Amino acid sequence: MHTSLSSAHARVAESAYRIRRFALRMGEVQGQGYVGQALGYADVLATAYCHAMNFRPEDPNWEGRDRFLLSHGHYAIAFYAALIEAKIIPEEELETYGSDDSRLPMSGMATYTPGMEMSGGSLGQGLPIAVGMALGLRLKGNPAFVYNSMSDGELDEGSTWEAAMGAAHHGLSNLICIVDINNQQADGPSTKVMGFEPLADKWASFGWHVQRVDGNDLAAVIAAFDAARNLPDAKPRVILCDTLMGKGVPFLETREKNHFIRVDPPEWQQALDILDQAQGAAR
Amino acid sequence: MSTPTVKKPRLTTSAMIASIASEGQRVKAAPFGKALVELAAQRQDIVGLTADLAKYTDLHLFAQANPERFFQMGMAEQLLMASAGGMAKEGFVPFATTYAVFGTRRAFDFVHQVIAEENLNVKMCCALPGLTTGYGPSHQATEDIALMRGIPGMTIVDPCDALDTEQAVPQIAAHNGPVYMRLLRGNVPLVLDEYDYTFELGKAKMLRDGRDVLVISSGIMTMRALEVAKVLEADKVDVGVLHVPTIKPLDTATILREAGRAGRLVVVAENHTTIGGLGEAVATALLTAGVTPPFRQIALPDAFLDAGALPTLHDRYGISTEVMSATIKNWLG
Repeated sequence: MHTSLSSAHARVAESAYRIRRFALRMGEVQGQGYVGQALGYADVLATAYCHAMNFRPEDPNWEGRDRFLLSHGHYAIAFYAALIEAKIIPEEELETYGSDDSRLPMSGMATYTPGMEMSGGSLGQGLPIAVGMALGLRLKGNPAFVYNSMSDGELDEGSTWEAAMGAAHHGLSNLICIVDINNQQADGPSTKVMGFEPLADKWASFGWHVQRVDGNDLAAVIAAFDAARNLPDAKPRVILCDTLMGKGVPFLETREKNHFIRVDPPEWQQALDILDQAQGAAR
Repeated sequence: MSTPTVKKPRLTTSAMIASIASEGQRVKAAPFGKALVELAAQRQDIVGLTADLAKYTDLHLFAQANPERFFQMGMAEQLLMASAGGMAKEGFVPFATTYAVFGTRRAFDFVHQVIAEENLNVKMCCALPGLTTGYGPSHQATEDIALMRGIPGMTIVDPCDALDTEQAVPQIAAHNGPVYMRLLRGNVPLVLDEYDYTFELGKAKMLRDGRDVLVISSGIMTMRALEVAKVLEADKVDVGVLHVPTIKPLDTATILREAGRAGRLVVVAENHTTIGGLGEAVATALLTAGVTPPFRQIALPDAFLDAGALPTLHDRYGISTEVMSATIKNWLG
């Protein structure tokens, strides 16, 4: 399907809005959650699930699907929102988020949720798994892509760089890594916890095709995803996405930044109202 | 006047990959590598991965026969285990090889979370198990079984010899789920062909009966137990040997049946620390069932072991045929 950038943009923007809404509603169910990350990452997830990737909502294990690995398992709230938007899980199910016996546990697990390709949470595992899946797809002659989604905190993990070397060594052109750079991890700003710049140079020196974009600039994200798929080079691709935690809800964007943003009970509805107003104005 | 003492010659540490076979012992070359090549000729879903140790795990034979199905992961064991998991997700049956210290200690969370938590079909075949190198604790995997036993759903195989190894390969491939197999490589002793024995995953097998002592053993300690039984025949001590090549899941029924026979000292012998291995597994099974024979353990001490020549170290830590024979005789009084 070929669509002009502007029509793709409008459609993906609608999806990003709904992903933010679904995530906030799940946060409200639990009274907590990684909603800051979800709001910040919604544009990237909308691009993946509503523009770039091939999949069949009714058959999450379809052999021809592009694989999406959620290495940062705590982004599950954002990811479930994307799966709801992609119609892989029904919207009503968001009411069960984080509850006993739910298919939507707080941290993502492959055996619980349709469309969840790995059990994340032990950070730094997605990219080396993606290397194996990409090798496996190539060996089968399956043209699908593997997307590995990870946080900037995972740049601290040695296994990430083992995999970065391995992917380049094996020339994995079917592997696309997406790094969410929100500069927040458990003990503070990622750049203070373990400095990772110059990040684009690092990946390039490991043999990757590198793009760095504002992860909340939808047109730029869409263009980067397209470029990553269409590149002819026999090398893995990384898209470094600088994002703003809480994006779309100004009082959360400006709240004192933390790995886990505090949201007071009346604020959930306020946040939803702000999103609705902004989206209404955009239409 | 000084007493003359018999001094053994001072031995030197052999190469890390030296055969564990004793001089003159019958051996078979590369039983794992050859069996895997044979299996891969029948099964296109078999792939091989290693972390810079193909030659030292006999996986090079597979690589030569199936270059398109062999993946070099470099000296990166976390990548090795996680990418093997990724290939299993895509429907392949990966055999991942490295040394046991790296496959367990270095890559543990990747084995636990990537492979075991999703019950992925990865077969981890890891060389230099227990005390089979004189290079010191960096290479001596004396607690590998303890680590792997703690992982739910992990199948653990500790083969005795070349026959056990080659028969285990197709069976662990046929098993659905993760398997950790201790790997004997190079010129591997051939022992079990003299007994009426075939490897069956999950089964313990009596190799010889004996009235006075029942040795329950796995891995190379079964070979030692069979030698001990022959040594002690001269002293009119009758030693039975129950070989337990699958340590998890444990063949509790056979162990209870044999250990429950009255009048025998039960000795569990393993090439592993006393903690968390076959000995503790058997002890738990026996006590839980209320079967309480006299019980002893022959195993490596809870310590960082010395470097040196393997025969010296096996004597020092009590797992050589000579020392094990003396120990059991002493226990019998």
